[in-house]
Amino acid sequence: MVNPEKIVKIPIGPQHPALKEPACFTVSLNGEKLVDLDLRLGYNHRGVEKAAEGRTYTQNMYLFERVCGICSHSHATCFIQCVEEVAGLEVPPRGRFLRTLIGELERIHSHFLWLGVAAHEIGFDTLLMYSWRDREVVMDLLAMLTGNRVNYAANVIGGAKHDVTDEQKAAILKAVDTLEERTKYYIEVASEETTLIARLSNVGRISLEDVKRLGTVGPTARASGLSQDARRDDPYAAYKEVPFSVITDTHCDVYGRTLVRVGELMESYKIIRYVLQNLPDGPIAAKAPRKIPAGEAVSRYEAPRGEDVHYVRGNGTEKPERVRVRAPTMVNLLSVPKMLEGNNLADVPITVAAIDPCFSCTDRAIRVADADGGNAQVFSWEESRRFGIDWYRKNGVDFTDVNKRLAQRLK
Amino acid sequence: MANEQAIQMELQDTFPYLNEKIVVTRERRIWAEVASEHFFEVFDYLVKHPKWDFPILCLITGLDSGDNLEFIYHLARRDGTMFNLKTFVPKSNPVHKTVTTDYFPGAELYERELVDVLGAKIEGLPPGNRYPLPDGWPDGQYPLRKDWTPDMLDKGNL
Repeated sequence: MVNPEKIVKIPIGPQHPALKEPACFTVSLNGEKLVDLDLRLGYNHRGVEKAAEGRTYTQNMYLFERVCGICSHSHATCFIQCVEEVAGLEVPPRGRFLRTLIGELERIHSHFLWLGVAAHEIGFDTLLMYSWRDREVVMDLLAMLTGNRVNYAANVIGGAKHDVTDEQKAAILKAVDTLEERTKYYIEVASEETTLIARLSNVGRISLEDVKRLGTVGPTARASGLSQDARRDDPYAAYKEVPFSVITDTHCDVYGRTLVRVGELMESYKIIRYVLQNLPDGPIAAKAPRKIPAGEAVSRYEAPRGEDVHYVRGNGTEKPERVRVRAPTMVNLLSVPKMLEGNNLADVPITVAAIDPCFSCTDRAIRVADADGGNAQVFSWEESRRFGIDWYRKNGVDFTDVNKRLAQRLK
Repeated sequence: MANEQAIQMELQDTFPYLNEKIVVTRERRIWAEVASEHFFEVFDYLVKHPKWDFPILCLITGLDSGDNLEFIYHLARRDGTMFNLKTFVPKSNPVHKTVTTDYFPGAELYERELVDVLGAKIEGLPPGNRYPLPDGWPDGQYPLRKDWTPDMLDKGNL
């Protein structure tokens, strides 16, 4: 039983220099060990679903592309798949293959981004520099194909917007060869580099039972041994025709999540080669009607971070009645408190980063309170610095003389 | 679509009130409507009966459909089949029981969203932070109801 008087609560967020997005994680600590985690989300809520009701389907295509900057093609495609199902539109085979191509390029850029962020969180900045250098290769390909590095707008309702030329095909295949070689090296690093293995193993553990119970999705779930992938289970675009393996791992920790993601990179290269070598002839898009009939559809899409789910209800006009979006983080965040039970404070950044959002450091204003919320006291940065100096001085560590000597030397 | 139709037939036989309320729209997509008083009979059967085994709740969608609030529970099986179960509660008393305690603890944010943006009352939802609206959001304003417009909001209070 933890003595409530020993519990320290540290708020991380909602606005924090190290957070990529606003969120508030209040961690309760007993010494270094984490005993509780309280989540407060919603700081980035922009009312996209309400906004969609006042816009046409075509405008919404661009709006939903902006739900996420990294998984932009994922959300746009997931939304469009619903609209196409309601409208009874059949996407031509070439259009489906082109969507798959962009989708896998997006997965590569997202996984390289993640690898860099995760490496940075554990102080392995060499790997961050390497993986983000390699990510540029795929960003250049996306820019070549669509004109944009992110938010590619590669879809139209009924198919794909951009076709691929023979020169572009050659450039993609050449770049994929390079990336594959580099990924092989990262797999070697991940399976042989002892400091990396030691730092990530047994951190942020979550069992297969908990993953199933909480509904966790994507690489996070697959690294706990759950073979679940919307590309295989509920196939869309060209995934029914393209051979690929669903990568799983049974480490159940951050190390396993790393292995799953680098393994998925290798599968993405295979998929891209297959798509380009077997690209069907014919049109890239079917003609879409301006007004979408009344009806409803739900669609799933395996985004790099996990499964996106969109629901669309049409009312027979050019604007939807209702659009509903679920991004993978919405469900994966609920698994973070379970992952962090009994872990050290130092494991918080890498564990949260391992589901794919990320943050580090602790806040500058620290609210110290008993576990029952009483006796709260807020320390400013200066006060907490002063508290630390006094505490060490009382315990026999005093730098006064050293500081004086240093100041004299510097004169 | 034999699999989907088998589910449809079996459910109609087990629950006669689902007659003509179940539609198979395509491969792997089944839709059904059920009155709120019968909701948990059907939901429990789909989730817990070993024969059907819908172990995943992908999402809960809430809609404003005139006098009622409509909730759609998007259930899925490991083979990709989705069962979309709809139910309705009157706006005058929009009460529905939680699915987080007995079925899906991961549904917490979906249910909190129903409370915040549509004004649903979810019985049995454990205490916790609101989601997704800010703490200072005025009571009684539910942005995803059709009669709500942004100019109804006094932004000075937020």
